Amino acid sequence: MVMASVTTIASHLTSTFLYAPEFCRLSQSLHTSQRPCTRKSVSGTISANIDLKPPPYALDALEPHMSKETLEYHWGKHHRGYVNNLNKQIEGTELDKMSLESIILASHNKGDILPAFNNAAQVWNHEFFWESMKPGGGGKPSGELLELINRDFGSFEALIQEFKLAATTQFGSGWAWLVYDLEDKKLVVLKSSNAINPLVLGSYPLLTLDVWEHAYYLDFKNLRPDYISTFLDKLVSWDAVSSRLEAAKVSIEGK
Amino acid sequence: MALRTLATRKTLGAFSTFPQQLRGLQTFTLPDLAYDYGALEPAISGDIMQLHHQKHHQTYITNYNKALEQLDDAIAKGDASTAVKLQSAIKFNGGGHVNHSIFWKNLAPTKEGGGEPPHGSLGWAIDQSYGSVEKLIAKMNAEGAAVQGSGWVWLAVDKELKRLVVETTANQDPLVTKGPSLVPLIGIDVWEHAYYLQYKNVRPDYLKNIWKVINWKYASEIYEKECP
Repeated sequence: MVMASVTTIASHLTSTFLYAPEFCRLSQSLHTSQRPCTRKSVSGTISANIDLKPPPYALDALEPHMSKETLEYHWGKHHRGYVNNLNKQIEGTELDKMSLESIILASHNKGDILPAFNNAAQVWNHEFFWESMKPGGGGKPSGELLELINRDFGSFEALIQEFKLAATTQFGSGWAWLVYDLEDKKLVVLKSSNAINPLVLGSYPLLTLDVWEHAYYLDFKNLRPDYISTFLDKLVSWDAVSSRLEAAKVSIEGK
Repeated sequence: MALRTLATRKTLGAFSTFPQQLRGLQTFTLPDLAYDYGALEPAISGDIMQLHHQKHHQTYITNYNKALEQLDDAIAKGDASTAVKLQSAIKFNGGGHVNHSIFWKNLAPTKEGGGEPPHGSLGWAIDQSYGSVEKLIAKMNAEGAAVQGSGWVWLAVDKELKRLVVETTANQDPLVTKGPSLVPLIGIDVWEHAYYLQYKNVRPDYLKNIWKVINWKYASEIYEKECP
């Protein structure tokens, strides 16, 4: 079992795999929704095409574990802010009209990060986060996902411990992830700082938890460990993780 | 201003089961604030001040002390790998203690001079370098708002070049990581915990308002010591 921080897998950044067409196809399979081609603002001034996608549930649907107030700020202000700022940044540039994943890879620029990266990656990260939760979440995974967890971590409990450790020890702002490592073909727990995500780290994201303070401060104040436990006990959607694992395997085998 | 930082000298024997010779290890305790938690309102709420001081700063100190004890132990045993592995915990938590200790001194209630612009040589140096205090504040607010994720924005004096500098640091990196001759005059915490309960996502409003309780007297004292 492997837990890696972003610094220890920085060597993946030099991999040419990241920028190969195979990977772009793979990353596009992560989102099942349609993305309309253009979005016009009321004033008609911005036509860059990145959407603010709502969570797949009402903003109060995760109560009492994640409050409506948190969702109103986290989705309604933070996520919305990333979308609006990204659209302003890419308007009229070569990034305009590209898919979100392509914008992320292009602006990550093999580690020599360009200005649009932070907004683009955070838009993606937050969409992925909402989809990683569901009302009545928690419980245990099953089927092939559970088999792989047992194979790669020893047990479900061991995965939980490792995920909790990653989320607790990500210092400052960032994210904890469960990913499928495409080279080693195994499940891995990662943590990343600020906006960095597995798309630029050479692995296939399956689950994420936002550990920026804005994600939990209104509900849990400084008690990040309680937030992490609540996420795992009450909110995590193992169904979403299983679907993503399916998509990962299809993408890899279809290469 | 009576701000006391308490440090206690504890022997390693009190924390370790190893029967080594006694070593003195200085650990740290939470410094008191020179004002009540509610005294900086409405610029910074009493709830935030209490959480920030009693929970966040205290946690940095607790974890810093733990890391120092582990480091002391590793050094005594000649365990280089462990000593090196502990460096990030030292930097995070030690940096958090250093930075927040400065921060509490950077703030003062308005009735004790908080917000009153600098006079004397610091005021003059600011006018020379930035045009005016207002322009300096605008610059610091812009840089503070632009910090990605967590960090700090600083007004510093370069003690070698005798020059004012505006700088930002990430996470709890102390200012000295940006330049060994940088001495902090004012640091503003832009981690979300510093403002979220009151200002939510609107960091620029927090930055605009904190200047009402910035303790320019303290900043001037430090400046005059470095640039007499």
